[in-house]
Amino acid sequence: MFGSKSRTVLAVLAIILVAVAFPIQRTSQAQGEVTGTLNVMGFSLPDEIATVRVDQFKAAYPDVTVNITEGALDEQQFLTAIASGNAPDVVYMGRDVLSSYAVRGAIVPLTECIDSMGIDMSQYREAAVAQVTVNGEVYGIPEFFNSIMLFINNKALADAGLTLDDVDVSDWDKVAEINQALTRIEDGTLTRIGFDPKLPEFLPLWAKANGVSLLSEDGRTAQLNDPRVLEALQFTVGLHEPAGGRQAFMAFRDTWDFFGAQNQMVSDQLGVFPMEQWYMNVLANVSPDADITFKAFTDREGNPLTYVTGNTWAIPRGSANPEAACAWMKTMTSVDTWVAAATTRAQMRAEAGTINTGVYTANRAADEVIFSEIVLPALTNETFKTGVEVILSVQDSAYAIPANPAAAEFKQAWQDAVNRVLNGEQTAEEALAQAQEEAQAALDEAWSQQ
Amino acid sequence: MTQQSAVVVRPFGRTTPLQRNEMLAGLAFISPWFIGFLVFTAGPMIASLGLAFTEYDVLNPPKFVGLQNFQRLLTDPRLGLSLGNSIFYTVLHVPLVMMVALGLALLLNRVGKAAGFFRTVFYLPSITPAVAVGALWLWILNPRIGLINRGLALLGIAGPGWTTDPNWIKPGIVLMSLWSVGSTVILYLAALRNVPPELYEAARIDGANGWQQFRHITIPMISGTVFFTLVVNTIASLQIFTEVYTMYFGNMNSGAAASAGLFYNIYLFRQAFEFLRMGYASAMAWLLFVIIMILTVIQLRTSNRWVYYEGA
Repeated sequence: MFGSKSRTVLAVLAIILVAVAFPIQRTSQAQGEVTGTLNVMGFSLPDEIATVRVDQFKAAYPDVTVNITEGALDEQQFLTAIASGNAPDVVYMGRDVLSSYAVRGAIVPLTECIDSMGIDMSQYREAAVAQVTVNGEVYGIPEFFNSIMLFINNKALADAGLTLDDVDVSDWDKVAEINQALTRIEDGTLTRIGFDPKLPEFLPLWAKANGVSLLSEDGRTAQLNDPRVLEALQFTVGLHEPAGGRQAFMAFRDTWDFFGAQNQMVSDQLGVFPMEQWYMNVLANVSPDADITFKAFTDREGNPLTYVTGNTWAIPRGSANPEAACAWMKTMTSVDTWVAAATTRAQMRAEAGTINTGVYTANRAADEVIFSEIVLPALTNETFKTGVEVILSVQDSAYAIPANPAAAEFKQAWQDAVNRVLNGEQTAEEALAQAQEEAQAALDEAWSQQ
Repeated sequence: MTQQSAVVVRPFGRTTPLQRNEMLAGLAFISPWFIGFLVFTAGPMIASLGLAFTEYDVLNPPKFVGLQNFQRLLTDPRLGLSLGNSIFYTVLHVPLVMMVALGLALLLNRVGKAAGFFRTVFYLPSITPAVAVGALWLWILNPRIGLINRGLALLGIAGPGWTTDPNWIKPGIVLMSLWSVGSTVILYLAALRNVPPELYEAARIDGANGWQQFRHITIPMISGTVFFTLVVNTIASLQIFTEVYTMYFGNMNSGAAASAGLFYNIYLFRQAFEFLRMGYASAMAWLLFVIIMILTVIQLRTSNRWVYYEGA
């Protein structure tokens, strides 16, 4: 019926079919094995970025029933759930606290999950992966990637006779000068803050700009009493003085319509401040015509620098459905899922006639598609286009506080130190010396329990 | 009277069937509360006493460490700070709440027909969720645009930094606490309504003025309620948590309140659930229990000098 040539062709076709069919069958099997209920803790569905991704998971795994307990992670609820044997199947938490839970065994290493589901960890940004890696093992699949840049009020600059070139955070003397020039006090009342250094939360950024991390790379040694940290703290605290000190500064700052149309940039209440990129999205929504400029934050050498934060997915100890949890983490952070969510957002913004500044993920491969194919080609507002480009340019210069098992106490130590200085309770030297002692004691205690 | 006493002290085996039935019925009626108390209060208290001698992170089995947690209580500078803050707040809050509540109750007692309306108005804030109260008062206390400082400005007074000046953080929180004065007002109002009017009538005939009537009739006759509110408010003040946590500690960026607003229960909560030191937090809880117990005993011991019990 068939000649030898035909038989050869048929054989080759059969082999190709088998080869093609096999992975399909494997994938189907892998997805088919993922069944049951998936209880999710710490996650919410506030927008299309969340809902589209959840829908993607449900479509890929129709045999899994997803129960989401909406709301930010409640430590009390999480800990008692684990202690009582009622752990959620997957949990969403800040990357900064993941290591505290990892070293105590509250969440499990993902080695098996990564291998079995074939999760390509190289697609995620290194700084984010480092935050979820403890003792060489990955405990989390990173999600968002929040970077920092400078938000500049052009009107304030013009009023003070300054130009964008004057906003140069590599030159701290110049920062102090523009802060003075941009600060406005009318009839004894502060009406514009010149430069808000965003203390205490951005001390790690300022310290890193001055060449030092608050914590050693191995997460074991606090470096809060390093002279460069001291210099960064003294400098940034000093930036409150032209405004009349921290009290006047905060009393004014607390009145801003931060998330509204009359925000501090539009209302000319602030000159310059470093801020996370999500705030660009806020401004794009509430004041798209704001006269502002975005610029990269830099270290004192002039190199771009950002301090990153973000969340991660993790599997708690006692998860009843780790297979589904693993599939969830992979799906929620995969390129296709992110792109689907970003596409939906782009469509919704286009229909509403609002600006789309994109979604910034910890998945580098996803970001490449999102920004090159979806966001930037459609972004016509030059102000926000510049903002997007600035963020993309600094993402590879990211700094994060190294993973450590005493994350909460470490953070409390340095934040309280900053607050004591700002409140005039201690000098910067005294506060940092105390913080160093407290932080190191907490680190030593936590590491000793390994 | 003698017969009644004999019944009370009679051994269980010698009670009559009726008394036994009544006793069993009584026990049955209080059993829901009693079981609840055992399961949700006494049980956890005993467990926490045991945990106070351990190192326990909630996630792993507790390890016995002897008195280590109690030794730490003696050397922890933040413990002294937080306890001092709670005591400072209590000393300011309790007398102020009692005075304001009594003043309002006296006014309400004279209102007449509209008393029901005002009683509701004063009580309503007490049922506002504590988290909402905290968020609301951050605005009311805002030094620049808050209602309080705006009101002071009308009088030509430059208001303080209620939320930004460490020296004014606690007074600001005391002001906020007056928001829920309504429940104490209701108690005082009930007590005032129970004062026999003939006492005032007799006093007026004897020529007593308003202050003398208040001092020698009202105060003694409501002293039982005053004592009750003193004890309850003292305990509640030492345990203040939700409103202040919402205002200043929810996002770990406590600003001016980092030291001034660090109350005992906030520090205890952070030790337990943020720093995962449940053993140490348990020791802290027992220290607070002992302090409250001592204060309550002192209040009880001194009460016989100023609390008047009718028929005692």
